[in-house]
Amino acid sequence: MDLSLSTRTEGGRTIVEVGGEIDVYTAPKLREQLVELVNEGQFHLIVDMEAVDFLDSTGLGVLVGGLKRVRAHEGSLQLVCTQERILKIFRITGLTKVFPIHPSVAVAIASSD
Amino acid sequence: MAIVELRFSALPEHVRTARLVAAAVARRAGVAETVLDEVRLAVGEACSRAVGMHQDRVDDDRPVTVTLDDGNGRFSIEVNDGVPQPALTEAALAEGAGLMPDLSTNGAGMDVIENEMGLAVILGLVDDLDVRTGAEGGVIRMSWPSGAKSAETVG
Repeated sequence: MDLSLSTRTEGGRTIVEVGGEIDVYTAPKLREQLVELVNEGQFHLIVDMEAVDFLDSTGLGVLVGGLKRVRAHEGSLQLVCTQERILKIFRITGLTKVFPIHPSVAVAIASSD
Repeated sequence: MAIVELRFSALPEHVRTARLVAAAVARRAGVAETVLDEVRLAVGEACSRAVGMHQDRVDDDRPVTVTLDDGNGRFSIEVNDGVPQPALTEAALAEGAGLMPDLSTNGAGMDVIENEMGLAVILGLVDDLDVRTGAEGGVIRMSWPSGAKSAETVG
């Protein structure tokens, strides 16, 4: 399955809904999307990963890169994920300490208010 | 002993194929369902790393080779990047185990996280891991228990 991306604005935040597989082949598309949003002045991002089937370290690298970009503008990058197999990768790499990870978009928006 | 070998041009689009083949062979070898996600992720990381080794190497058409073997009660995966490299010393191998990103510091640590996470993921997933380099290329070898007892022996 390829990568699907869509963006919308909700509660003053930009939600990036990601679906499919984020790996060495597809991660550049996610990177482009995050760079584009930051260039447009969207500095408070919520990446919804509930429809992600697979995530590898390349995808993690893109998310870390996105976090660095928004932080340069005093922004934020939060994640929405409840899938254990995806959360495990964040735990292995220690990135649960770096990203706020929420169970839903609504909770992510509420927590950033 | 049954061996499946997969060779592919060092391109990112083929890594997914390697993951799918490895997971299918692992399932057939009796690797526990709960471990298949780890196998899929680990082989993907090893193959992504191998593909990365070919970047910026013009006229390099040597393939990445993935060997899947379910002999001796273990399911093993060997990924050879095909890029000749100097052999690692024992000291360097020991140092490799310390490549987990250090998150105790902010700022500089973020670059480490971005670049070294592939190996960190493999180290975190695989107990039986062997990394070697030499004239024949860099080889990452990983194995998991196969057969009926695998679910009991994998934590």
